[in-house]
Amino acid sequence: MIRLARYTFMRAIAIFFALVIGIFLTIVVANMGGYVDKIKKAQVEESISMSVFTNPAYKNLTTEEKRELIDKLVALELERLGLDKPFIRLDRNFLRSRAFKYLIDALTLNLGFAEHIHSTSGSKRVWIIIQERLPYSVLLFTSASLIVFFTSIYVALVLSRRYGSIWDRLSVSLAPLSTAPPWFYGVILILIFAASLRLLPFGGFVSIPPPKNPFAYALSVILHMILPLSAWFISGIFASVYSWRTFFLIYSSEDYVEMARAKGVPGRELERRYILRPTLPPIITSFALMLISAWMGAIITESVFKWPGLGSLYMEAINSFDTPVIVGLTMIYAYLLGITVFVLDFIYALVDPRIKVGGGSAI
Amino acid sequence: MKQLRETFQELTRFKSALVGLGILAVIVALAIYTVITIPYGKAVRLWRGGEDMWRYNPVNAKPAWINYFTPRKLPQTRVLRSEEHAQMEEETVGKTSRKVTITYQFRYTADLPPSELALVYKPAFKKKRPLVSVTWVTPDGREYTFGRITVKSVSVHGRYWYSISRDQKLVQLFGTQNVEEGLFCRVDDMKRVQKGDHRVVITAYLFEPDASIETELVLYGTVHGLAGTDHLRRDIMVGLLWGTPVALSFGLAAALGTMITSVIIAALGAWFGGYADSLVQRLTEIRMIIPTLPILIMVGMFFSKSIWAILATLLVLNIIESSVKNYRAIFLQEKNAPYIEAARSYGAGHMRIIFRYLIPRVIPWLIPSFVLAVPSYVFLEAALAVLGLGDPVLPTWGKVLSDAYGRGALFQGHYYWVLEPAFMLMVTGFGFTMIGHALDRIFNPRLREI
Repeated sequence: MIRLARYTFMRAIAIFFALVIGIFLTIVVANMGGYVDKIKKAQVEESISMSVFTNPAYKNLTTEEKRELIDKLVALELERLGLDKPFIRLDRNFLRSRAFKYLIDALTLNLGFAEHIHSTSGSKRVWIIIQERLPYSVLLFTSASLIVFFTSIYVALVLSRRYGSIWDRLSVSLAPLSTAPPWFYGVILILIFAASLRLLPFGGFVSIPPPKNPFAYALSVILHMILPLSAWFISGIFASVYSWRTFFLIYSSEDYVEMARAKGVPGRELERRYILRPTLPPIITSFALMLISAWMGAIITESVFKWPGLGSLYMEAINSFDTPVIVGLTMIYAYLLGITVFVLDFIYALVDPRIKVGGGSAI
Repeated sequence: MKQLRETFQELTRFKSALVGLGILAVIVALAIYTVITIPYGKAVRLWRGGEDMWRYNPVNAKPAWINYFTPRKLPQTRVLRSEEHAQMEEETVGKTSRKVTITYQFRYTADLPPSELALVYKPAFKKKRPLVSVTWVTPDGREYTFGRITVKSVSVHGRYWYSISRDQKLVQLFGTQNVEEGLFCRVDDMKRVQKGDHRVVITAYLFEPDASIETELVLYGTVHGLAGTDHLRRDIMVGLLWGTPVALSFGLAAALGTMITSVIIAALGAWFGGYADSLVQRLTEIRMIIPTLPILIMVGMFFSKSIWAILATLLVLNIIESSVKNYRAIFLQEKNAPYIEAARSYGAGHMRIIFRYLIPRVIPWLIPSFVLAVPSYVFLEAALAVLGLGDPVLPTWGKVLSDAYGRGALFQGHYYWVLEPAFMLMVTGFGFTMIGHALDRIFNPRLREI
């Protein structure tokens, strides 16, 4: 257990560093055009001129005097925020540069305020807006990934048992169908089932107006989830089945499997103990990678289906040039990826016998 | 060279690979044909030309071959020129004025009315504008007189466009029906076309001795060309054709570029081992955390939407891609092979071993994943276009798709508009994937056994 804890701790540190550097690079990329600076400057100017013009203490000043006062206050505030200094310094003063400050802001999820977009509760805080959208994305894409993952493992096991059958050959020849990404199938499915047959909704999360009855509400949500889930499923399943089938075939020709088979170990047990167990680490890795790509691909799939998750928020932010939201979302994506990688490493440690200590009873 | 030919021969044993090669050959041929027949400049001009470029095309017309599959015949666009399709009569009125009568007589047999009607006047005059009016006699003998105007400023290419579909008098007259239905459909059944001969008489008064007038009657169809048209009357074929070289070059360049650097870095890490190896591994982890698509979106938004800027960003981001892990595993295996030991013992330097022995040795493993990576980049370009970050000048499949999606093609039933670029994307993806899978089975010895 101590080794497990130590391993986890070391991985956590490594991933945290990767996260810090990844986010830092993202900030540098995002700031290259000076957009983040421009936005911050504009925010400062706006808030100061608002406070000067509405403050009764300055009521008797002329417009010129007010302007002067605003300029002075803005300069002071910019200095305080460090906006008058260069963005990045690669010397002793790095810790005082703005790039470092942004990094700390991002790491502490101090994401600032949106320009145009606001949450349904009316808040303009980027973090609150993101918090509101996150569950939708998690709901759709986690369930999609889980469905694809378990179906493909199960089907692949069955197919590898019946190597060479019609179904097996069919699965091989269908594998190229997975070339197209989910959003692509999304468009096609919408065309067939929503536009042409009018069976399912075009998109969205729930019908408008939302039903009052909780059961009707859930039903409506499920109806809205069918097409995005199917798109994700069609795009993922064929390649997944193909590669798992090949993977299992390779492993089922290992000597120890042949040996077990010769001993007369029944098929199910053979699969569970001699094929699945040793292949668990790579299976889990690939599940992790699938989840990560789910988070990434979600942007386009969500906007095709108008699913109100992070992806759609991203699109809205792009269309209204809402940079704070875009940068904030990028941070969130980096975090999600980092957390996924870490959780995977942890599970990996649990199932990998080389790391696990004192749990020999499992095999 | 010999190895290449052998690989090719082996490839042709797979049926799917043959299909894939066939698809690839067609697409490459299409790309070459496109670049030769529609040079870059012309393609950009055609795509950005706006409505003037495409004035004689109908809006949102389906592809013409659809007529082979529908029981109802859809009309094609017909342009009736007064010089060819009409009789012109001239008589003198008063001292300097003349009255020109242009009589069109045409048969209309399609099962659907035209999508739009326009009259094009090509007048020649100095100061006094000609006065024109139109009388339309339908096959069942109804007569409508409208469009009494003076031909005003001459707009496009010496032509003055008069939209019959938007003629105030006719619009009011037909009420709930649109003008095309009113003129072309039966009175008792407003949805059925009254087939037969239409007679359109245009009377023009010219007030100058050397003034003249020619007309064109444009009956816009509901089908056009091989691919149909979009909301700006553009021939979608231009987009489909030009999408081919763009998709091919983008996909190949991105796949090749990202692979080369990653392979070299993986080889360096695996060869030197120790700190170099763990550095490469940490860098790969960092790379995994940097979100690719959001950064591409940010670049598209802030800097440039050009497809080449996106490609450059992609290449920079993928200097280390996540597949470095797989490459590393292969290199670690190869590192201890006897031939490497032999090279080392004759005194070959590190770089020589890496670039002359290690990397060439693993190329067979890389080819399948290279071929399989191409379609993913082709789709990436389309995805960016669907997000509204498509190249601003070049017509691409993604942009056609995004136009269709953005203009509500799905809601209005213009399915061809979505399906055509989707078909091109899908076929290209299929071609590469089929070849890739077959190559995988040829080069991957463990797959070969099964």
